[in-house]
Amino acid sequence: MKITRRDAVAMGIGATAMAVLPMRAMAAIDELVNDFTGGADIGTGDISLDAPEIAENGNTVPIGVSAPGAEEVILFAPGNPTPPVATFKFGPAAGEQAASTRIRLAKTQDVLAIARMADGSFIQTTATVKVTIGGCGG
Amino acid sequence: MASGVKPRVKAPKSASAGEVVTLKTLISHKMETGLRKDGDGNVIPRSIINRFTCELNGNMVVDVTMEPAISVNPYFEFKAKVDATGEFKFTWYDDDGSVYEAASPVTVG
Amino acid sequence: MKAKMLRKVAGLAVATAMAAAPAVADEDAELVINGEIEIVTRTAAPAHLDGHLNEVISGWVFRSDRTQAMEMDDFDNPGMLFVDQARDIWATAEGSEGKSCADCHGEPEEMAGVKPVYPKWSDSAGQVMTLQMQVNECRTERMGAEAWGVDKGGSIPMEALLSSVSRGMPMNVAIDGPAQETWEKGKEIYYTRFGQLELSCASCHEENYGNMIRADHLSQGQINGFPTYRLKNTKLNGVHSRFKGCIRDTRAHTFNPGSPEFVALELYVASRGNGLSVEGPSVRN
Repeated sequence: MKITRRDAVAMGIGATAMAVLPMRAMAAIDELVNDFTGGADIGTGDISLDAPEIAENGNTVPIGVSAPGAEEVILFAPGNPTPPVATFKFGPAAGEQAASTRIRLAKTQDVLAIARMADGSFIQTTATVKVTIGGCGG
Repeated sequence: MASGVKPRVKAPKSASAGEVVTLKTLISHKMETGLRKDGDGNVIPRSIINRFTCELNGNMVVDVTMEPAISVNPYFEFKAKVDATGEFKFTWYDDDGSVYEAASPVTVG
Repeated sequence: MKAKMLRKVAGLAVATAMAAAPAVADEDAELVINGEIEIVTRTAAPAHLDGHLNEVISGWVFRSDRTQAMEMDDFDNPGMLFVDQARDIWATAEGSEGKSCADCHGEPEEMAGVKPVYPKWSDSAGQVMTLQMQVNECRTERMGAEAWGVDKGGSIPMEALLSSVSRGMPMNVAIDGPAQETWEKGKEIYYTRFGQLELSCASCHEENYGNMIRADHLSQGQINGFPTYRLKNTKLNGVHSRFKGCIRDTRAHTFNPGSPEFVALELYVASRGNGLSVEGPSVRN
């Protein structure tokens, strides 16, 4: 593929942007995660995210989260202008510590879910969702 | 938002004691994120449903804090354990103070 | 010179498949709504498409698994929120005559069989009428109420309601008799290349359905599922609005919703789906 000058400039700018953005984004998400966990360690465990590999449209992405035994699960979209998505509290009448909803994702990113278990520990999982720009219909 | 908001709720009318049932809820709401600008460049203020709860006979099933990233016309699907005859209560809380409610009776037989 | 280049580029863009194959629909999946309404999403093309298409396929088939699933339960389908709204409108008296739709027509369910044959020729109006036009005629002539704009006001929820009670019934618009002239006009528009990219409806929807255009899985452009709830704008969309968007996206000067051109095009495009089930309100990307 012939790379035009325009392509090279675009790639260059893109690369610079990439270098700057993740740092800022990561700082913001760390703070939000800390607010939820109080600084506690987060491990892995029985928590899963049900998300499409490629979102049909970023405006309405079906997503499910499941964490058996959790009291509270928080969902973040770190690639969004405002990362918090939802916090689910499960009560005594819940049939499962799981829920599905539809969310907005601004761009391709790793959706993050953290659960606070009944014993006070925290576990997390992520799922990569690709968000594309449509064609003529998009 | 306040008038004409009618939720759609799918909940079983009956269940056996201890049965885990699936609930689905949909409500029309434009979920204005507060990130958009109008034609003049002014930010359109945030106006979303910020909380959704479901109770069964006064016991909490699920309590969701919602952020602007929840899609327009919010949808939730979750499971409840039916222990006794009674009523599911669904409540949505709007940024503007409005509260939308729906209820669905369930019989344990 | 420039036009030819653009056409070639456009052709290339349309033909290129994405490297990472998206979770495209299971092409053999069947659509049954609420576990009871069987929807025909693939069937033999109607006779008038001889030489053009062998099989007609609903837009549902081209969407991802999850989008398909959203249409299978009326409690998953956000379009049904607007059908509920329309039920309220249906039962509410409006206009100088103090009548509601229900006063003449009974329950919405009694309107089953109406959607599948629209657009259709109206002797009294002396022209082909779309369903929205017919609803407005009822409003102005018999209810003494104001007409709704095309794809505006109550038009879309009402069309969605009327569609919903006909789900499962095969599309069956007439293309002969007094409707024929309008149908021929619609057909001509369908196959005419317009605008800067010199694309016709057929360029994408007949010659390239099933291919990817950037990240979009091209459908046959059938309208059996309209009005459709689009994930992209989280609302119900009407046929004429969609035509306008499509034409604008191909960089052509579009006709207006409600124009004779779009009425003719709606009749023609509807006829391309004859045999597919009425599916609206459907869910699309």
